[in-house]
Amino acid sequence: MRTQSLLARWIYHGYVIVFFVYLAAPLAAAGLFAFNDSLFPSLPWRGFTLDWFFSDTEPKLGVFHDDRLLRGLYYSFWIGLAVSALSVFVGTCNAFLFERKSFPAKNFFYVMMIIPLVIPGVILGISILVLASSIVNGIEERWGYEPDFLRPGLLLVVLGQFSFITTITSLVIAARLRKFDVEMEEAALNLGANRWRVLRTVTLPYLRPALIAAGVVAFLISFENFNTTLFLVGSEAPLTITMYDRMAKVGSTPVLNAVSVVLMVGSATLALISVLVQRDVPDGR
Amino acid sequence: MAARSDQQKLALILLFTPFLLWIVLLIVLPHIGILHLSFQEKVGLREFNYSFANYIDFLNEPIYWNTLLRTAVISILVTVITLFVGFPIAYYIAKIARRRIRGALFLLCLIPLWVSDLVRAFGWIVLLRETGVVSGVLQWSGLVGQPVEMLYNDATIVIGLVYTVVLFMIVPLVSTLDGMDDSLVEAGFNLGGSRLTVLRRIIIPYAMPGIVAGFIIVFMLTAGSYLTPVLLGGKNSMWFTEQIYNQFITRYNWQAGATFGVLLLIFTSTVVWLGLRLSGQSLANTVAKP
Repeated sequence: MRTQSLLARWIYHGYVIVFFVYLAAPLAAAGLFAFNDSLFPSLPWRGFTLDWFFSDTEPKLGVFHDDRLLRGLYYSFWIGLAVSALSVFVGTCNAFLFERKSFPAKNFFYVMMIIPLVIPGVILGISILVLASSIVNGIEERWGYEPDFLRPGLLLVVLGQFSFITTITSLVIAARLRKFDVEMEEAALNLGANRWRVLRTVTLPYLRPALIAAGVVAFLISFENFNTTLFLVGSEAPLTITMYDRMAKVGSTPVLNAVSVVLMVGSATLALISVLVQRDVPDGR
Repeated sequence: MAARSDQQKLALILLFTPFLLWIVLLIVLPHIGILHLSFQEKVGLREFNYSFANYIDFLNEPIYWNTLLRTAVISILVTVITLFVGFPIAYYIAKIARRRIRGALFLLCLIPLWVSDLVRAFGWIVLLRETGVVSGVLQWSGLVGQPVEMLYNDATIVIGLVYTVVLFMIVPLVSTLDGMDDSLVEAGFNLGGSRLTVLRRIIIPYAMPGIVAGFIIVFMLTAGSYLTPVLLGGKNSMWFTEQIYNQFITRYNWQAGATFGVLLLIFTSTVVWLGLRLSGQSLANTVAKP
């Protein structure tokens, strides 16, 4: 703005800087104390150490030797992969459904597709828990057989996260599909390719950046999800739940800072991959 | 031609099936499930009656509806603060910053988004607790004589919540403001508009879809948040999702828990609906813009 006075501009710039400090402060604090050679994540600074990552003896058991945390990481990883694969598949179907097909009450169904995004995660969690357990009870009463896989556990966690992440993948993939020039498909059809071949060699390669980005986003959201997972988790607890448990029972210990560092590095890498993949898209947002 | 249209129909059915399975099995039926459960009153071992007993219990117990009220007020407060905090930043990224810095700033904004809520809340704990960094620095500088506890109060809950959700306000705002032609603003100034007039009559109306999108997502995330209020507020947090957790997991009273869930959902949906209604926007052109 040209009429802006110098003072106002300095205040504005100052505000932006303060805001970014506010954004960085808790992350920096969580990260920094992973390297402090102390039993508590607090000042004073007692020197640099990597024990909270690599030490294999109590009381400073490092992340990479802490079986429970490692198991949490392992479950989080597989849950993330499953959610990501499932939600990208259904998301792609949804994108084609809403971008390419016409059918009655399309607007209504489109709104239905968006709605999971505005339902609080806690409610998705309890509602899926309630439905699953009433199915279990129903089957047990009628046939005397107990379907354990519908008890809280990995399957329910995956389904719970999938239930709202699919909306996000659908929107990301649909946005890309909308920009696709249908004439490219028609050209391929005219050249004698069948529909399936066109899909495989023309349309899906075009969608690839969006598919990868949607997959990465789904994986990250799944990995960090807590609210929905909290109600659906069984004995195979993912990392966020294990970490929360540790925080509630043991209190804050620097090993949690070390986990935070691992998570930050991991998500930053994945987010970077997704940005680099999307950069190839000339007009993609 | 007939074969072609049959093929089309088959494709439609094949695409519609996963969509319908997802929405019906994981969204519609579960919600009917909690609604149904909320109307059940336990009258004996494994015996239930239909009644409004759970809702009446909710109204008769001041702690319950106070918690909902408190959650509602704080959520709306957090959403409004988030808009005021986030708008200047979004405007800066979209309009003021030079091209090269713009992408970097936007990325900086996104990085905390990809770190779990838990890590962010943990970071605040490390900073603000009695033995924390801020307290330590204050003592070292001589401003205070003894350790200060900055956790477990409402201000901290609000600061932590704003922190968790502000990105969801900035991202949609940046995308809408990015599409605004700078000449619109210049024309406003050339026609003699003051800075406030230009903001009120040109920039804000243009940014409305972004503001509404941010408002809805931020409000929903705040009202439904669990970790931040519980960890930063401690025993005094009095947050409604915590009540739901207590009923479901600690007391194993699923009927009451389901009732609370229904109430929270009705509350958030009403606010979302009001937001859309008052601003004349639709869900599809606000939230559904990635």
